[in-house]
Amino acid sequence: MGKISLEVNGRKVEKEAPDNTLLSTFLREHLQLTGTHIGCDTSQCGACVVHVDGNSLKSCTTLAADVNGSKVTTIEGLETNGKMHPMQEAFKKLHGLQCGFCTPGMVMSAIDLLQKNKKPSDTEIRDWLEGNICRCTGYQNIVAAVKEAATKM
Amino acid sequence: MASLVGSRVERKEDKRFLTGKGRYTADINLANQTYAIFVRSPHARASIKKLNIDKALKSSGVVSILTGKEIADDKIGGLIAGWAIRSEDGTEMKCPGNPPLAKDNVNFVGDPVAVVIAESLAEAKEAAEKVEVDYKVLKAVTSTADAMNGDTIHEGIDKNLCFDWLLGDRQKVKEAFDKADKVISIDIINNRLIPNAMEPRACVADYNAASEEITLYTTSQNPHLSRLIMSAFGNVAPEHKLRVVAPDVGGGFGSKINVYNEDIVCSWAAKKINRAIKWVAERSESFLTDIHGRDHVTHAELAVTKDGKFLGFKNETIANLGAYARVFGTVTPTYLFGPCATGVYEIPAAYTNVKAVYTNTAPVDAYRGAGRPEATYTIERLVEKASMELGIDKTELRIKNFPTAFPFKQTLVHTVDSGDYVAGMEKAKQMADYKGFEARRKESEAKGKLRGIGVTSYFEACGIAPSAAVMSLGCGVGLWESAEVRFNPTGQVTVYTGSHSHGQSHQTTFAQIAADELGVPIENIDIVHGDTDKGTFGMGTYGSRSLAVGGIAIVNACKKIVEKGKRVTAKMLEANPEDVEFKDGEFIVSKSNKKKTIGEVAFACYLPGVRDEMKSPLPEGDEPGLKETSFYDPSNFSFPAGTHIAEVEIDPETGHVKLEKYTACDDFGRIINPMVVEGQVHGGLAQGIGQALYENAEYDETGQLMTGSYMDYTMPRADNFPEFNIGYTCTHATTNPLGVKGCGEAGAIAAPPTVMNAVIDALGGQEVTMPATAEKVWKACKNLKKSNAKAA
Repeated sequence: MGKISLEVNGRKVEKEAPDNTLLSTFLREHLQLTGTHIGCDTSQCGACVVHVDGNSLKSCTTLAADVNGSKVTTIEGLETNGKMHPMQEAFKKLHGLQCGFCTPGMVMSAIDLLQKNKKPSDTEIRDWLEGNICRCTGYQNIVAAVKEAATKM
Repeated sequence: MASLVGSRVERKEDKRFLTGKGRYTADINLANQTYAIFVRSPHARASIKKLNIDKALKSSGVVSILTGKEIADDKIGGLIAGWAIRSEDGTEMKCPGNPPLAKDNVNFVGDPVAVVIAESLAEAKEAAEKVEVDYKVLKAVTSTADAMNGDTIHEGIDKNLCFDWLLGDRQKVKEAFDKADKVISIDIINNRLIPNAMEPRACVADYNAASEEITLYTTSQNPHLSRLIMSAFGNVAPEHKLRVVAPDVGGGFGSKINVYNEDIVCSWAAKKINRAIKWVAERSESFLTDIHGRDHVTHAELAVTKDGKFLGFKNETIANLGAYARVFGTVTPTYLFGPCATGVYEIPAAYTNVKAVYTNTAPVDAYRGAGRPEATYTIERLVEKASMELGIDKTELRIKNFPTAFPFKQTLVHTVDSGDYVAGMEKAKQMADYKGFEARRKESEAKGKLRGIGVTSYFEACGIAPSAAVMSLGCGVGLWESAEVRFNPTGQVTVYTGSHSHGQSHQTTFAQIAADELGVPIENIDIVHGDTDKGTFGMGTYGSRSLAVGGIAIVNACKKIVEKGKRVTAKMLEANPEDVEFKDGEFIVSKSNKKKTIGEVAFACYLPGVRDEMKSPLPEGDEPGLKETSFYDPSNFSFPAGTHIAEVEIDPETGHVKLEKYTACDDFGRIINPMVVEGQVHGGLAQGIGQALYENAEYDETGQLMTGSYMDYTMPRADNFPEFNIGYTCTHATTNPLGVKGCGEAGAIAAPPTVMNAVIDALGGQEVTMPATAEKVWKACKNLKKSNAKAA
């Protein structure tokens, strides 16, 4: 057991957790932030993507202890004053989601893309999202949503 | 009031999904819950000599360990096949028992033999490692084609044959073939797929000792059906003591129709230990134990005249059922397959023969399209081959054999009520710039690349399934759908549907329908589904039935509300009910022009006398309240159809296939929400293209799944696709009041033959099996080079 201290969605949290606790487990089970999803356990599907110190990261294969002291943002932390983030708005407007399961990871990953590349091309968006699997949408409306968000961010 | 049906309405469900507030089964934690881990067979076929749980029971945190013995002692029933299929010789199909925990024999890798329940997940995992199972490993049967020659898997099921089914007339087909100028034949493998909904299966079972009720939260496409099966066949609890809740479900694609071992075991065990039990599949468990799809080996022939008229068709298929026949396992390769085998063509004589076999692999069941993709792949590959062999343009050959009038009585079963296949073909050609293809082929050639174009015209039977049709085929139960429309006294509406959304957008599209029917603002309408304690019994979501069956039940219930509203208005305004008209949420007496809003009528139905003069607004014979139910059983299937065109470019040096263009022109009848339909088409295409180019489930000869993770099973990713070019033609279905047909499966049905026809066109007609991987295509390119050199 060890003490995990993080700033999650702007709130300081400190909890005891076994040393082998994954960041995804810490968020879901210890903090009840169940918006971060587990789709594969092997870093392949990307449903678990969160931001750690501003960068996207797959939380299902990251030990919580390894990111001790970091600032973590999850899908629950994107709204400001009850208003959705432009990426969330764009996904809604352009039907970039169906069952919603991959969506949190997809949105977190897409936001990181726009932090690093303000006006990505279609190809750059598709390449970036290669680590996020969606079984519902065929990706086309996700790509459109990312482009739309790029005009708003 | 503007009509919402037909409008691009943004989804009501999106905000919770986008802000992390969705509530999926794995997100549910109950007070004092325990955790389950299943001990599974590592062997494809074995008998259990000894199972020892002594060490495991002593492991820290263990609450209980249950095995096949306890399941049998408690007379908990097994998993079942939902449809009875009869062989050509009249004998009943043969199904083995499928206990939720295996007691004597295991029949595929992943077959569960025990459940370990502990205080924490870590402790459950640790204890599961200590369960000792002594297996006698037996020779596994894994090949679809050779299953009938393998060892007998299930005692008493000779040749591993579940049934040998025939639809059609062999003699007529023989006569047709005798008259043919040419016979085109093809051998096809329809590759096994793993559905891979992104949410792994999960369940949380709870027992309330006070009410003696079990509650099961589970990842299901059809909670009512799950409850029925668990109660009637599983003997878990009577239906009124069993509540099944399917909350937000992260995709299904058919894989979550079935009741699974874990649902039954956790529900039963929760009562036994009097505590809640949570089980969440790891992805590797999903790969091993979710139902798989497709897996057919087919030989088919088409008899043609030299000018391209189709005369006869035969299809001989071996369908792999996996280790056990599950809910849709037997109907998928028969009644969902055979009747669609002749495609969109007038073919005077046809038959389909299916031998369904057991193997030591995961059960095969309905996966998006279910039977219709396999049927379409066969006929469309055959027609494309015919166009090559006859030297007739692939689109002209198809048009030549399209039906000339509707209703179109198909060769085998269906009467297709509506459609215009020629219009669909012409529009698709235009959208795809079919004429410009030869120029593009030359451009590719100049770059040293091979370019091919492929076409598919398809139809599908959706809106599964009208009772009358199902019963006339003698194969099981009809699948109607229910809806309950409930007004609150203050005018908002709750619609309970037996259908279930796991991505299909019911909360939005069903609300659009109800809003139009009732003239109530969409924000005042809630759609409720997925809980057997709320709403009436329903059949669930699969077979593109939610709208064409479930949506119509909502329309019908709304119409009953309006009829009652007319009677009440007439009483309130002292008019004849016949003189009351309803429009945009208002009941208007045509003679006096006096009116009541539907909200006022609802209020009066519940609280007579509060606002109006102190007399009842209820006509004689009408009860208080405003709530109506409809059970809608369609008179026929619905028949979406369309033409898709794909273009690929192949690099002969690497065998890499690049999908350059994909055009889909579909006729789904009336469209409720074009945004949602577009999303359904995109998603179906991705899965269909996945089957053609990327996905394949492979077992080795010992029955080990070689593609058991996302590192081995190729899931289509964002960079695998071009931008899809989507369009529609529209003929309204004549068999339901909305004129709708269904759109969820079209992409998965049409895309595999479309893409493969393009690949094979690029390869000069050389057959390649799905998925057309770089290795296979590279080899074909080498052959092409050789044969071109010889010809020169």
